[in-house]
Amino acid sequence: MSLSMTLWVLNLAQAALMVLAAPLLAGIIQKCKARLQNRRGAPILQPYRNLLKLFGKEALLAENASWIFRTTPYVLFTTTALAASVVPVFLVDLPSALIADVIAMAALLALARFWLALAGMDIGTAFGGMGASREMTFSAMAEPAMLMSMFVMSLGAHSTNLSTMVQHALHLDHLLPSVAFALAALLMVAIAENGRIPIDNPSTHLELTMIHEAMILEYSGRHLALIEWASQIKLLLFATLIISLFVPWGIAESPAIQPVLAALVFWFGKVVLLAVALAVLETGLAKIRLFQVPEYLSTAFVLAFLGMLVHYILEVGA
Amino acid sequence: MDDVMLQEAISVAASLMLLISFALLAQHRLLSVLHWFAAQGVVLALTTLLVAVISGHYELYFSALMTLLLKGALLPWLLWRIIRKMHVHREVEPLVNMPVTMLIALTLVLICFYVALPIERMSQLVTHNTLAIAMATVFLGMLMMITRKKAITQVIGFLSIENALFFTAVGATHGMPMIVELGVAFDVLIAAIIFGLFFTHMRNTFDSLDLDVIQEKSKR
Repeated sequence: MSLSMTLWVLNLAQAALMVLAAPLLAGIIQKCKARLQNRRGAPILQPYRNLLKLFGKEALLAENASWIFRTTPYVLFTTTALAASVVPVFLVDLPSALIADVIAMAALLALARFWLALAGMDIGTAFGGMGASREMTFSAMAEPAMLMSMFVMSLGAHSTNLSTMVQHALHLDHLLPSVAFALAALLMVAIAENGRIPIDNPSTHLELTMIHEAMILEYSGRHLALIEWASQIKLLLFATLIISLFVPWGIAESPAIQPVLAALVFWFGKVVLLAVALAVLETGLAKIRLFQVPEYLSTAFVLAFLGMLVHYILEVGA
Repeated sequence: MDDVMLQEAISVAASLMLLISFALLAQHRLLSVLHWFAAQGVVLALTTLLVAVISGHYELYFSALMTLLLKGALLPWLLWRIIRKMHVHREVEPLVNMPVTMLIALTLVLICFYVALPIERMSQLVTHNTLAIAMATVFLGMLMMITRKKAITQVIGFLSIENALFFTAVGATHGMPMIVELGVAFDVLIAAIIFGLFFTHMRNTFDSLDLDVIQEKSKR
């Protein structure tokens, strides 16, 4: 096999890994949370079983559901999986990085969100519309913060290509304050974007507070399975993005067997650590009030912007 | 430690100063404002220590210790005692809402960066690139004084301006002469005590530390 062929195969394997391992991450987080609450908890593989069960069930549609409602789960799953295939997981130099850079990745996630919001409003129930409007309000603040923290990293790397950015992060030998700012901002955004606890509670259907769940309330069967799977992929995507950009040590730089295997082990370990951290955070924190979410997100934006300023003030001239 | 590492440490300290200035502006509770103010004093002492190591000026070791004791511990403690004794309402009351304040603050930092750029280019010091941040922290302290209703948060804003000025002096010129520094330190200490007395009188006369209330009452 030629080199580019190997790279493509590895890239596809990486994308498949992201899609297939996503429910596992959800399972690990659930298990950790259960243990922290002194419960035994469902087995780690439970999310796979849930998905399997949902795929086997009949998908019910509301009477006035249009084609938007029916296509949204597929659009959601495809765009999220596509976005996940761009992020370097265990190999730096990916051919797919040329297809989509950071901005395109954020756009893919935004496209998924746009469709989900449309589907939320499509049925015409109060909850769907409420969830959609909340989601769009918050995403209007989360997205700039996410892009800004990405830009801090790409300013140093002189590129918005994710592979180049990870490579640059891998060879950083200075202590850069701007990177710490970007990391803090991205962590905050990741929690908000995935609807985790201080912002939204993924395991509740309390009408006053839910955001994400409100939009998908009408879905069932294979549609619901695809949507849940997509949100699990999104969580893994953010985890991998944070790992690859900020703690990339151990990621393989050449497509040889040994470094790739080692990188896989490193990646898995880091994802598990992040999952445990998230579980501890979710157990320790209470959900903040909905009206405080804009402030939370603007804090993330301010942190990211400070990262950019600090980059220019302290690191460019030095 | 070699020069590059010290330089990096200075950069980290400078960005911490900037972060703390923003954190001071972003707090809702009076006590957390006080905590961040104490943290600012500690970071200031650390910066002074770093500059002392880099430049080899022995007085700076002394002023680092003094900063730590005075600004990291004594002043926050005095303010904490005032807050506790006066039963000040625990919430910070900003005049402008938080996100707008943050945006103004970011613009201020941008302006400071733009203004300080030519000066930074001329400087030969190791700490030359901290000047913009030092200026920005001064302005952020002023912003805090302007946008708060309560006298006590305004005083914290004033003291954080003093911290920022000290940081500017340490960064731009490796510290002021010892006599000046001692004088300023005692001035600040006395100021804090006078503020304490002032607060007591304000509360006795007007029954409040909120400046709007005081203005209202003094009109009558």
